[in-house]
Order: sequence, then structure tokens, then C-alpha cells
Amino acid sequence: MSRSPIRDLLVGVFVLSGLAALGYLSIQLGGATYSGPGGLTLYASFDEVGGLAPRSPVVIGGVKVGQVKKIELAPDGSFRARVTMDVDRKLKLPDDTQAAVLTQGVLGNQYVGLQPGGSETILTNGGEITYTQSAVVIERLIGKVIQSLGGSSSGDGGKPAGGGSSP
Amino acid sequence: MFELVRDIGWRTVDNVYGLGGITLFGSRLVLETLAPPYRLRRVIDELFNTGVLSLAIVCASGTAVGLVLGLQGYNTLVRFGAEQSVGAVVGLSLVRELGPVLTALLVTGRAGSAVAAEIGAMVATEQLDGLRMMSVDPIDFVTQPKALALLISMPLLSALFIVFGLFGGYLVGVGLLGIDAGTYVSSLENNIDFRNDVLGSVLKSVVFGAIVGLISTWRGFTSAPNSEGVSRATTGAVVQASVAVLMFDYVITALWGVGI
Repeated sequence: MSRSPIRDLLVGVFVLSGLAALGYLSIQLGGATYSGPGGLTLYASFDEVGGLAPRSPVVIGGVKVGQVKKIELAPDGSFRARVTMDVDRKLKLPDDTQAAVLTQGVLGNQYVGLQPGGSETILTNGGEITYTQSAVVIERLIGKVIQSLGGSSSGDGGKPAGGGSSP
Repeated sequence: MFELVRDIGWRTVDNVYGLGGITLFGSRLVLETLAPPYRLRRVIDELFNTGVLSLAIVCASGTAVGLVLGLQGYNTLVRFGAEQSVGAVVGLSLVRELGPVLTALLVTGRAGSAVAAEIGAMVATEQLDGLRMMSVDPIDFVTQPKALALLISMPLLSALFIVFGLFGGYLVGVGLLGIDAGTYVSSLENNIDFRNDVLGSVLKSVVFGAIVGLISTWRGFTSAPNSEGVSRATTGAVVQASVAVLMFDYVITALWGVGI
């Protein structure tokens, strides 16, 4: 076959568009979903994170400011879930900021909502958010409702499912 | 009875012989690809035949599959009140399964059959013997560029198929069914993981490209030197490549997709 400029051009266009599609899939869809600036690492410990997963959004007032990087058991042996978050470095969050695991809609994805407090001290890199509110696990909530409807005789054994917790 | 046993024995030997033949042929293809001369000119020409000419059918099919997935996904999810997750359903099914597999089947029908028929016709008209007489190796000169072009174009075509499918799902979900555009895109982006989904998808399409390239060139290369042989080679290439693609799809999914 002879050399044909148009054919070569078409092959080049094909290869480039294929590579562009691959790049879109791996970077935009597969890679970091939070494309904004990160750089500030914060930690928070929860009794229950529910369906929270790495790359879940971190939100202040409905605006996405970061994402969850890692979820593991706290290293201090308290069997709580320690969540590592990567948020915008320019944020000046007071150290009495509250973190809560919330749900978009009834069955939607879970995310971390931050509620800034009024303290003068600012959280720095590697800071720990101490005021946390765990995820509401619907099964436990239903269980509690059934228990309270079923009979008054049963004692209130467990601790509240979605209750606030202090460090 | 004696005839039957002998028949089974002959078929077994024949199959094992064919398996050995295709293995040797495949290793020759790999060897010729790695060793110079590289025949870039021939590979580009074959990329035009297998890749560029398959673009239209792959993009059109991708869009159609995306449109259908959007509708079907919505119809199923709306029963559970989870229609916000249409993006995740369309994206995950396209990236993990439908993109690589349907592209491989389309390319098999569109380009693999043409490769097998072309090489088969060259066998029938003794062109390969002519090349051998001029001491040009037909595996190096004829089959290797075709197999390599199929291997290269498969992941690219699969990625394009997926992107067009996502676009089709977007059209139906956002345009027709009124899902919020941001919800569609964020459900897509939050649920697709690089290693588990995208990398597995690329791995699948590369393996499928190798399978389709190997089987189509092998069937053409070993076809009987007459017109019936060419037709048998073309049919065999399409059937065997499609079945092999579907079987390997299960194996790759089981090995790659289930673990964390």
C-alpha cells in the first residue's frame, strides 16, 4: 500500500481521540473526583460511619470542599472509625467545627457535612475534629421504634443509635 | 463401534494439533512484533482498516447502548426510588462489561472477518507462496501488522464506545427523563474507581484485541486454498473469536473484578 496523507491523518485522529477517551475515563471518572484544591488533612473519629466510603464528598453548607481519603479503625483501640479527609487548604476552620455523616436523600450517597463553630483557634494540617455525629443506621432506628412500640417492659439497653458523641 | 472410537481419537488428536499450531503461530507473531524490522508503514495502513473504518459502527453502537441503558436503568431504579443513581448504573455497566465486550464483538464482525477473508484469499490465490518464494516471511509481512493493528485499536475503540455510551445515557437521563445534570455526572464520578473499573476495562479490551487478532489471522492463514476454505475461515474466525472473547471475559472478571 502506498503512502496516503489523508489516510495517515485519519489514523492519527483515530489514535488521538482513542487516547483522549482513555484519558477521560481514567482521570476524570476513575481518578480524583474532587478536582478542587486539597492539601489540608483533617481527621475525625465516628462511632458509626455507615455507608461512607473513600472519595465521598466533604461538604460545608452544601458546597463541596474536599473528599474522604481513608476510613480505618482508630489506632487507639477504641473501635471507633477514624476518617481521614482532604479539604481545601485555604479553609480557616475553627477547632470546634462539628463533623456529621449525612445522607443525600433517603437512600442516597453518604457524605461528611462540616458545621463550623465559633472558636478563635484555627484547625491546622493534621488537625482532629473532636465534635462528631455518627451516621444514622436506618435498621437500628427501625429496631428502636419497634422496641419502643412493642412493650414498655424491656429496658433501654443499647446506647442511642444516631446520638451525638463526645471524644 | 470401532469406527466411532477411531473418529473420537482422530478428532482429539486434530484439536490438540490445532491448539499447538495456534500457540506456535501466536509466539511467532509476538516474536516478529518485537524483532526488527518494525514495518510501521504496514501497521498504520492496517490501523486504518481495522480502527478508522470501525469508528462509525463503534460510536453509533455505543450511543445506542447508552440510550437503552439510560432508559432501562431508570425504569428499574425508579421502582426503588433510586433514580438518582442512573449515572452509576450506566457508567459501571459500560466501563466494566459492555464497553470491552461489545466492542470486541463488533470489531470481530467488522474487522476480524475482513482480516481472515483477506489472508484466506491470499492463500487461495497463492500470494503467500509467492512471498515465500521471494524469501519474504508471510507471517512477518502479512499477518503480524494485521494482528498488531487489532491489538492496538481494540482498547482505543472500547474507550470511545464507553464515552459515547456515557453521552447516550446523559442524553436520555438528563434530556428526556429530567435527572439533574450534576447528579448524573457526580453519580458517575463517585462510583467509578480507577483500579477496579477503568484498569480492568483496559485490560479486558487489550486481551480481547489479542484474542481477535490471533484467531482471525490464524484462521485466514490456515484456510484451505479454495473458495470454500475462505468462507470457512471467515465464519470460523468470527465464531471462535466471539466465543473466546465471552469465555475470557468471565475469567478476567472473576480474577480481577471481584477482589478488592
